[in-house]
Amino acid sequence: MEFRKDLFQNERDDNLNVVGKGVQRQDMPGHVTGRSPFFDDHAFEGLLHLKVVRSPHHHARIRRIDTSAAERAPGVKRILRGADVPVNKNTLLSLINFGKDDEPTLAVDKVRYKGEPIVAIIAESEAQALAARALVRVEYDPLPTVFDVEEALKPGAPLVNDTYPGNTFEYHEKYDHQKLRFGDVERGFSMAEFIVEDRYQMSPIEHAPTETNGSIAAPEQNDRFVVHSCAQGLFFSLGTAAKIVNLDSNRLHFIGGTVGGGFGGKVDSLTEPLSILGAMMTGRPVRYVLDREEEMLYGSPRGAERIYIKDGIARDGRILARHIRSYFDAGAYTRLSSYAAIKCTAHLPGPYTIPNVASDIYVVYTNRCPSTAMRGFGITAVDFALEVHMDKGAEACGMDPMEFRILNAYRDGDMKAHRRVAKNTALIECVQVAAEKARWPISEEAKRQSSLTGGGGARAEIPATPIDENGRFGRPDTRNGRSTQTLPAGTMRIPMTKQPIMEGSTDNRAKPPAVPQYEPYRPASAPPPPAYQPPPAPAPAPAAAPPPAAPAAPASQHGAHRFSSIFGTRRR
Amino acid sequence: MARFRGRGMASVNYPIGMNLGGDPSQALIHSNPDGKFTVALSAIDLGQGMKQVTRQVAAETLGVPVEDVYVDTADSDTGPHDMGSFASRGTHRMGNAVIAAAREARGVLMEAAAEELEVNAADLVTDGKGNIHVKGAPSRSITVRATAQAAQFKQGKTIAGRGIFLIPLSSVDAETGEMNPNTAFAHACLVADVEVDDETGDVSVLGMSSAYELGRVINPKMVEQQLVGGAWMGISHALYETPEPYYPNPDHGPRDFNEYLMPGPGDLAPYSITILERPAPDGPFGGKGPGEMCANPVLPAIANAVYNAVGVRVNDLPITPEKILRGIKANGGAKPQHRRGGAL
Amino acid sequence: MAKVPVQFRLNGSDRAAFADPADNLLTVLRRGLNDFGPKYGCGQGTCGTCSVLIDGELRLSCLTLAAACEGASIETVSGMADGPNLHPLQNAFMEHFAAQCGFCTPGMLTAAKALLDRNPNPSREEVIDAIAGNICRCTGYEPIIQAILSAARGMPAQRRS
Repeated sequence: MEFRKDLFQNERDDNLNVVGKGVQRQDMPGHVTGRSPFFDDHAFEGLLHLKVVRSPHHHARIRRIDTSAAERAPGVKRILRGADVPVNKNTLLSLINFGKDDEPTLAVDKVRYKGEPIVAIIAESEAQALAARALVRVEYDPLPTVFDVEEALKPGAPLVNDTYPGNTFEYHEKYDHQKLRFGDVERGFSMAEFIVEDRYQMSPIEHAPTETNGSIAAPEQNDRFVVHSCAQGLFFSLGTAAKIVNLDSNRLHFIGGTVGGGFGGKVDSLTEPLSILGAMMTGRPVRYVLDREEEMLYGSPRGAERIYIKDGIARDGRILARHIRSYFDAGAYTRLSSYAAIKCTAHLPGPYTIPNVASDIYVVYTNRCPSTAMRGFGITAVDFALEVHMDKGAEACGMDPMEFRILNAYRDGDMKAHRRVAKNTALIECVQVAAEKARWPISEEAKRQSSLTGGGGARAEIPATPIDENGRFGRPDTRNGRSTQTLPAGTMRIPMTKQPIMEGSTDNRAKPPAVPQYEPYRPASAPPPPAYQPPPAPAPAPAAAPPPAAPAAPASQHGAHRFSSIFGTRRR
Repeated sequence: MARFRGRGMASVNYPIGMNLGGDPSQALIHSNPDGKFTVALSAIDLGQGMKQVTRQVAAETLGVPVEDVYVDTADSDTGPHDMGSFASRGTHRMGNAVIAAAREARGVLMEAAAEELEVNAADLVTDGKGNIHVKGAPSRSITVRATAQAAQFKQGKTIAGRGIFLIPLSSVDAETGEMNPNTAFAHACLVADVEVDDETGDVSVLGMSSAYELGRVINPKMVEQQLVGGAWMGISHALYETPEPYYPNPDHGPRDFNEYLMPGPGDLAPYSITILERPAPDGPFGGKGPGEMCANPVLPAIANAVYNAVGVRVNDLPITPEKILRGIKANGGAKPQHRRGGAL
Repeated sequence: MAKVPVQFRLNGSDRAAFADPADNLLTVLRRGLNDFGPKYGCGQGTCGTCSVLIDGELRLSCLTLAAACEGASIETVSGMADGPNLHPLQNAFMEHFAAQCGFCTPGMLTAAKALLDRNPNPSREEVIDAIAGNICRCTGYEPIIQAILSAARGMPAQRRS
């Protein structure tokens, strides 16, 4: 790995002591000696083991659950059903008041995907729990299923998730998708020399961490429960579990932080609520670990995405308009897909400045295992589609793919499609360096381009934008309506958030950013005094205990006070 | 029947942190009486290196050697609230929280040292080796250790700090999608060389080369870990992985590592990485976060390289031999596109 | 089911446990003897993170019946260091940053040790072959291969950046 320190050099102070050095990881000695404490590496006397009965059907009504034989099986201490779960309906983002509770911990009346947990068996050994699991009898009436995102949106499609009767997540209590409207794409297409359209399909992906999901919960002193967890968000999981088992947060003691790979697959708190509930019900430590097959099949994958892109390109290679329609396959419940669609919307149209952009992003329910976050959530799939589409666009207008990117790249000062100005951009430089490394010939003019110049001006303007009310939920017939009005150029409707700017940074030119009050280390053998020069740029010495480098005070904005999972208001 | 070489590229950017804000991180720092610091967090290290990133950021801000800082995470009884390790938020959000906490602790440290040296705290600097001295007069110095002892046993001061970093939650406009997403973006461009066998449809990745702009690199060895491991995952996503091979048909799901395909240690491609650093104005020392984006450019670059090699566009991932062979057949044979550039 | 006694040497010490006749060695090591070095990754013999050495042979402890280990000598990652002194492979893994989450590391080190014990000077291909049964989801394998080759050469890690 090499550095190009010459680029953006005047925006950096490279004279730091520890930051920027490849020093050894704090956790490495633990890793190579097998001492790093993963959640399962804790000994408990009297440890019980929990296994769940999962639905063999993709969609079915549960007619009857008979656990009597399982209850009599050797070693079984307790059997849990939906009725035993204090708050048996949740959605992960209820912790930030986003979306409606839609998913049970243990299914009660219906199963909506193959593998949905219905009954939990707690026994003295894993083998006994598995043996008892085989004795649980569940009678089902299978229901019609839907697996294709576009089929699920058609009138008359099987209803997947009763909380969302249109089979889509509901945005802004109004629409069945999230919109992005910037400029007039239809006008852009009409002015274009080339139109490039295609359809892309991102596969689901299994996170496949080498450590499967799991947790151990045990009664602790003072009427609390200790929980060894593999969660990617410790308080996220604590808050989720506290809600589901209906305990105050300070009766839960979560320990984690050393996790055997996650990649997004350990955000959902798949096991913690049942482990804790098991410990509450039995008074003993309870361990619930997914086996590899469960992790592979039911451990919530990266969701599939279907993406349609249409570009209008001018003769000179400038992209004049881009339209995107995309469908996130959420599976049977929301988990985090609703958030990914927003993130995807903000990412569009990719790192390019395009004067007319529109997108419609749907989160669609299907009868498959709920999907969730994975590395690059909301971005990876659309980046695949956009960058393959860019290759096609370059070919259509007869340009080199690198030059096509440089021509269309966003630059400092450009207006992005979500109506905020781009800063701190560096796409052009990355393309130039990659071209140089690969000895991929690009023109002298392309080599002269810079992210620092050429942006802003007309490129900073918000164009007049036709808007529409297409896709009101419950009204699929409105999805192809016309625009209802045109917002005048320059319209902004969301107040700016005051973004924290770290000390040492000016608005758009960081010099040197976020350097704390620190004098650079000089080796002892350095020339004699004055050996200790003041730090280069702003070096406000702390006269007294300085206040924490407070990021800007939270703007008094809708929702800003509601994020807290633990201390804030929690919707039940 | 032949093997065709092709080259493709892709360029991407990546937003750092939860898109709509509302993702706070907190940190607490305190010193032992001998001047060794503990950073208490509830942040998660799932391999990305959270413990070491925050350790270096804390040491840099405190002005002490990195060995004098230990990061304790994650225990909900001692570590304050953090949203979690996802959305490439760890380095940026938690790094800033740690800086804030370390600054407060450093402020007390310098006050305590000033009292011992009978000077103004504003005139003091640290040397990063465990000493505090008067600016321009290194002989008038005191060790961090002695300062911490004096603070604890003589002055009654707590060398401790609290920090939080929050980008407030923002709403989204229903009709236009207008919003205030995070402001830090990392960038990358990647070139991939492949070889495609037009008889078997098999794709070999011959090599990759990339340029990544990551703000400030906090630890280059750990950045290299992310980018190399992430590129491997990108190849895996592009060419191998799917739990639903006939999506949207849900059947034939793999149950184990024999059925769920990923490249093994024998399927690696040489990979050359160049790092650019344009510090983020709101990042810790300008740091962004490479943890998620490192796979992203690999997928389209390989897809574009396959097209360059045999003229087949595969728009549905993963790019399997079956899809390539069907494409070659539909085109009436492999249609190599023109070559670009020299060897990687 | 009645438990059966099983006694073996674990990292040089005599240890005994009572196990179900169907218990695998991994379960007995972890839950019976509190040796949490070997990890559960799949229970199917497909990930390698439970790898141990039984009488010097590389074995998957999740596919080995504990009762079959009576009288055997078992080595796990927990016993790899010589007291406070790390094994050259452990040092090489550190120098090459050959672990991220660290969950596959016990199995990787064990597989690598089995290789170097029988072939002190392996080629890259032999190293790849030796760890082909071990899944790593973080590193992309290259740092692990480099670490093993470096340990075999007994040379300090080459600086690559």
